[in-house]
Amino acid sequence: MADPMKIRAQMAGDKATVRVLMAHEMETGQRKDSAGKAIPAWYIQTVSAKHNDKPVMSAQWGPAVAKNPFLQFNLKGAKAGDKVSITWVDNKGDTRTDEAVVS
Amino acid sequence: MKTRREMLQHGAAVATLLMGAGLLPATARAQATGYKAAAFETKSMAELMKALGAGAPTESKDVTITGPDIAENGAVVPLGAATTLAGVKSLLILVEKNPSIMTSMFELTDAVEAAVNTRVKMGQSSNVYAVAMMNDGRVLYAQKEVKVTLGGCGG
Amino acid sequence: MKAWKAASLLGALAIAGAVGAQSKSTADGIAEYRKMLEDGNPAELFEAKGENLWKTQRGPKNASLEQCDLGKGPGVVKGAWVELPRYFADTKRVQDLESRLLTCMETLQGLNAAEIAKTPFGRGEQANMEALAAYVSAASNGMRMNLPQAHRDEQVMYELGKRAFFFRGGPMDFSCASCHGESGKRVRLQDLPDLTKNPGDGIGFAAWPAYRVSSGELWSMQRRLNDCYRQQRFPYPGYASDVTVALGVYMGVNAKGAQSIAPAIKR
Repeated sequence: MADPMKIRAQMAGDKATVRVLMAHEMETGQRKDSAGKAIPAWYIQTVSAKHNDKPVMSAQWGPAVAKNPFLQFNLKGAKAGDKVSITWVDNKGDTRTDEAVVS
Repeated sequence: MKTRREMLQHGAAVATLLMGAGLLPATARAQATGYKAAAFETKSMAELMKALGAGAPTESKDVTITGPDIAENGAVVPLGAATTLAGVKSLLILVEKNPSIMTSMFELTDAVEAAVNTRVKMGQSSNVYAVAMMNDGRVLYAQKEVKVTLGGCGG
Repeated sequence: MKAWKAASLLGALAIAGAVGAQSKSTADGIAEYRKMLEDGNPAELFEAKGENLWKTQRGPKNASLEQCDLGKGPGVVKGAWVELPRYFADTKRVQDLESRLLTCMETLQGLNAAEIAKTPFGRGEQANMEALAAYVSAASNGMRMNLPQAHRDEQVMYELGKRAFFFRGGPMDFSCASCHGESGKRVRLQDLPDLTKNPGDGIGFAAWPAYRVSSGELWSMQRRLNDCYRQQRFPYPGYASDVTVALGVYMGVNAKGAQSIAPAIKR
């Protein structure tokens, strides 16, 4: 199971700024190891965000997203105490879901 | 009884057939459901729009691309895509000179602002784009140049 | 002849002016890039992993590191980083963070310190060392470097560190001082801090451990020193060896009062 994400959701006016750090190699598949063999591609392909269990955003990523990806977006109509959950799925079928409370 | 050569040729023929029928992934990579793999293989804005079944993009002052003018290292370049317009279906972040032009695509609902920030890998100095695909079919974009350097004693 | 000289002098000044202006805006550009990365430092992921490791029972003795003394008493993590390296009575030597973590991992958890020291960076227990370094240094984030120099051995290590800092060798005849011995130097677009004195808050010794975006790895001070030696074309120092600890004492004492920003984010 992959390492947990770091999610911070903070109120700013009437919206919540959500910042996510994900632990993932995001290997492009183009790098070669010391023996000259290509290191297999391994990267997050889909990301989805929920606000109090309601889907609010989904994303599709390619391997060009940086290693240990960072994502930031603003949630409308949020208030302190609300739940934000983020899920990612990678090209190997591995997945991770983490939650945070809006502060 | 088939010879080994015949078996191998047969196997290769079957594989080619399957690939043609789209039953094998285009590359060796597995894919999450609904993943627009073809879009992630395109090299230009025109190819990308075709893969997404979208119309020709036009530059717009209502779309913004934010990012540094110069990146100390191409491994991590912070980029943001945003628009003040209503009715956005999705926001895309593109790096022109990358092996494939699209880095990410964000499908929005009314519950989030049309503004996303992430970090991408850039192989070299290049133009980068924020593209807003609208519900009414319009495709609008903004662009800027990001210079990529290699710092310090090299790596 | 005079007119030509005057014209060429003016021309040279104009070019110098232009170069000066360009470097200023390039420096601003780099500063802007660094600022954009400050929020959302992947080092936080290592911190979280390190905190977990600190509290998890592991090793042949099935114990956590929660009784580890980093210089401020068993289990006290906050404030420990800005006072390391320092003298420890139980081992009778001056130790830096990584050296002290090895001591605790061996005595408390029964892990093999020598094996960990030989493991390549980023692999196995070395990956855990990086996470622990991120966790421990984070607990002192914002505090000011305040290494002790009360014990004689701490003073000896300072002097040893100074000698090592200025020692020229290797095929390029480099020393640490070749790059870090003067103010105002840079290599390509990166400013080189003067480590013979306090280079300022969040600079030099006060900026490590750090997440290195170019490799996507968390670099502890031991890793940073190892890479410095590589760049000088010196043989690699032993992990947590005396010379690396001594250099830490020298730089850390020089940086007294500088605010630590560890774990930081770097190119």
